[in-house]
Amino acid sequence: MQDLSLHILDIAENGIRAGATLVEIAITEDIDRDLLRITIRDNGRGMNGEMLQKATDPFVTTRTTRRVGMGLPLLKQAAEETGGDLRIASELGKGTEVIATFKESHIDRRPLGDMAATLTTLIMGNPNLDVVYTSNLRPEPIEVDTRSIRQELDGTIEINDPAVIRLIQGLFIKRQD
Amino acid sequence: MAKLKVEDLKRIKESLKGTVNLRQGDYRVKVTVHMGTCGIAAGARGLMTALLDKLEKSGATDIILTSSGCAGLCNHEPMITVEEKDSAPVKYVKLDPDKVARIFDEHVLGGHPIADYALSIGSETTY
Repeated sequence: MQDLSLHILDIAENGIRAGATLVEIAITEDIDRDLLRITIRDNGRGMNGEMLQKATDPFVTTRTTRRVGMGLPLLKQAAEETGGDLRIASELGKGTEVIATFKESHIDRRPLGDMAATLTTLIMGNPNLDVVYTSNLRPEPIEVDTRSIRQELDGTIEINDPAVIRLIQGLFIKRQD
Repeated sequence: MAKLKVEDLKRIKESLKGTVNLRQGDYRVKVTVHMGTCGIAAGARGLMTALLDKLEKSGATDIILTSSGCAGLCNHEPMITVEEKDSAPVKYVKLDPDKVARIFDEHVLGGHPIADYALSIGSETTY
């Protein structure tokens, strides 16, 4: 994965495959402690204790199409390369929460990348999914909540209409990092 | 805080009033971008962005653009599947934004599959 936004898309897709109806993504920057934290929470079917323990093993996957599962191990590696870590909490029937913490200024910390493309890809590809995105990154915090957008659109047009997608993309200013 | 403004949403609601929207329901062509770890690492998100551009420019409302997981052919990623209603789905492999733009014009809009980019024709369905 070239940047963190691709990891975020990948982990969010895990939640979708686990039957989630809501995926919450939060990006928080802690300037004082030089940390960048990515939280991805879904309300999918969750994992039991055994699966949770094995989740970052690349040779473990719930898929039947192939025998390796690289998503979480790759994100774990990306975080650990910067002196950070990856934590996963999960409860059967409730959902899963993945928290990746990075040392923000570390030379190996990958750039965030194109979060607008990640978010709109999620929404385009999964029009029935609700997505909540919050970031406190400079220069301006961003909040996108498809639940309130949907309510506003009132069924007249769909959330995956290109016109709506363009509005969401417009909230993101290219960040130099 | 950057947030969507109610006025902006109202404005597009007004401007699109009266156009038939079929994106959630019935469709003529469904385009699926394979969005597993393998696909994403190989550039699937860029295909979605390119397809969104083409879809928007075409103004078509009978085309569904969606995503799915890994199809188990990770060495062929990034891939898309094009399904025309009542005809066999076509899986396209090892794509880039230029190739999907051509697929959109010739297959999705024009109805002529591009054999050069296809893995196989009619091997499976996603519904």
